[in-house]
Amino acid sequence: MSTVTIQTGLPRAASGRTGTGPMERMRRSARRWRYLTNAGAAVISVVLLLWTLIPIYNMIMVSLEAEGDVFSDHLWPPHASPDSFRVVVTEGHWYLEAFWHQFGNSVFLAGMVTILVLLIGSLTSFSVGRMRIRNGWLITNAALLTYVIPASFLAIPFYLIMQHYGLNNNPWSVIAVLVTFATPYAIFIFQEYGRSIPLELDESARIDGASPFQIYYKIYLPLMAPALVAVGTYALLLAWNEYLDQFLLLSSDRSMTVAVALGKFLNSDVAPWNYMMATAIIYALPPIATYYIFRRRMSSGLTMGGVKG
Amino acid sequence: MTTASAIDLGRPTAPRQSLWRYWRGGLRGSEFTWAIAFVVPYIAVFFAFVVYPVFYGLWMGSNPALYAEVFSDPIYLNTLVNTAVFLAFGVNVKLFLALLLSGFFMRPGWWTKTLLLIFVLPWAIPALPTFISIHWMLNGEWGLVNNALYILFGIDGPSWLNSRWLALGSAILSHVWKWTPFWTVILLAGRMSIPQEIYDAAKVDGATGLRRFVHVTFPLLANLYLVLTLLATIFLLGDFNSVYFVTGGGPANSTHLLATLGVVRDMLELGKPQLGVAAVMSALPLLIPLVIILMRKLRTAEVQL
Repeated sequence: MSTVTIQTGLPRAASGRTGTGPMERMRRSARRWRYLTNAGAAVISVVLLLWTLIPIYNMIMVSLEAEGDVFSDHLWPPHASPDSFRVVVTEGHWYLEAFWHQFGNSVFLAGMVTILVLLIGSLTSFSVGRMRIRNGWLITNAALLTYVIPASFLAIPFYLIMQHYGLNNNPWSVIAVLVTFATPYAIFIFQEYGRSIPLELDESARIDGASPFQIYYKIYLPLMAPALVAVGTYALLLAWNEYLDQFLLLSSDRSMTVAVALGKFLNSDVAPWNYMMATAIIYALPPIATYYIFRRRMSSGLTMGGVKG
Repeated sequence: MTTASAIDLGRPTAPRQSLWRYWRGGLRGSEFTWAIAFVVPYIAVFFAFVVYPVFYGLWMGSNPALYAEVFSDPIYLNTLVNTAVFLAFGVNVKLFLALLLSGFFMRPGWWTKTLLLIFVLPWAIPALPTFISIHWMLNGEWGLVNNALYILFGIDGPSWLNSRWLALGSAILSHVWKWTPFWTVILLAGRMSIPQEIYDAAKVDGATGLRRFVHVTFPLLANLYLVLTLLATIFLLGDFNSVYFVTGGGPANSTHLLATLGVVRDMLELGKPQLGVAAVMSALPLLIPLVIILMRKLRTAEVQL
């Protein structure tokens, strides 16, 4: 059982005495117990490391192989070279012809979703939480309800509606969908965080003649900065990592994002696996870096509400 | 007769005025306009992209004849079984693992902290690259798993993705791999919020190790654990990526979940979006009670995080 913790209090209490009495025996059994739990922890650590890293190792291994070597028996690339990465970056393969264009699409999409989620979310929570608009709870509850609709359930109606509007292969269709699913979380976190900012601040600014917009822009937003960073990171990762809506709505070569292009050859026989894995690693690096940079800021928000999958 | 205050002056009639004040919630003049202007963007998004698609979906799936077609489809019936198996194993395995591992990560020391940083990698990496990697790992001829089995133990591994149950099991394990870190971090936060005094008191009473877990830690985490189970079930019902990338629904459409069946097979392959909506909507009898229980749980007891 992994929940056993070391009883550090016991040996320390006994360490003041010497001799071979019952104290010494207790100390010895405590030490043995500690060794056992440490050994158990080491075993768990090794298993966890292997379990976590093997799929990632496989990704790196395949990306370092030459195209022909992918189809052979080995656990380490026989002729490891970072050549695939060079090919991806220079778009040197028919499959990667528009790589940087797709990368730009992904950046645009993620950036727009982040900006809109922050803007719409903060405006709504300012009106509901600070200006206390009547029946504001209806808005927050409706938003929470969105949060429990499984994202893929609305994918089919979305797809048909966007086609009907002539918005398929238009990045704004995906931006709209992702903003819809990320804003409820933003409103929730902003409401929770906003409670720590005293309402008297708004009140005194109002007495000094500030308009609601000035209060929002000059008082509310600066004080909300930590929550804005947390939610912004969340929205950015959500938009960058999302696949289903991008796959359904962005299928043309011009509008395609990296994610869609990556999924395209998955089930075909001509899949150039080494290039795909190199692309996958390049695609995964920005969100990993973002996550580890803003991890501490995000974790406060995470424990408040959990992040939608 | 009327007791008009200075603020109320200039308003035409008393009843209308109080109705206005009621709707404004104490906000005056231009402030009310501002407050409305601030919520309009979200309300617009909500109606255009939540209310409208929901009703559009309900309208699409409203023809009873569709359900006769859905339920007479053997692949759909397989899919129901798959979804049930996926829910039963996926949710419980990952949450139980997360519960145990969150205890492990409570251990003091730099090593545990470093390990936690590595352990959250599957969650920090987008689903797509790692699931593709797992898909290739499980390739019967050239995948890493079978290569390792052959080189290390001399065993010829099965072709993992060519049999229904092996493929579904692989998809479930991939899902567990991807999502256990997330729930572990949340349960870890839950454990950290338990005050140390309670453990101290339990120690005085002689509760250590397993007994401490059974009688102290778990009862305190039980409500959170239940809420997380409900949330994980709801999220898993909408999960598309783990099955789509790892098995692709194959072999022969035998490992679909409702979401992948509705989107990939019905809409894209058969070109029958109505059928897809009907397939997806057949999960509503499970989803709606779950949401209601979740809302009640959240309202009656604050989540201890």
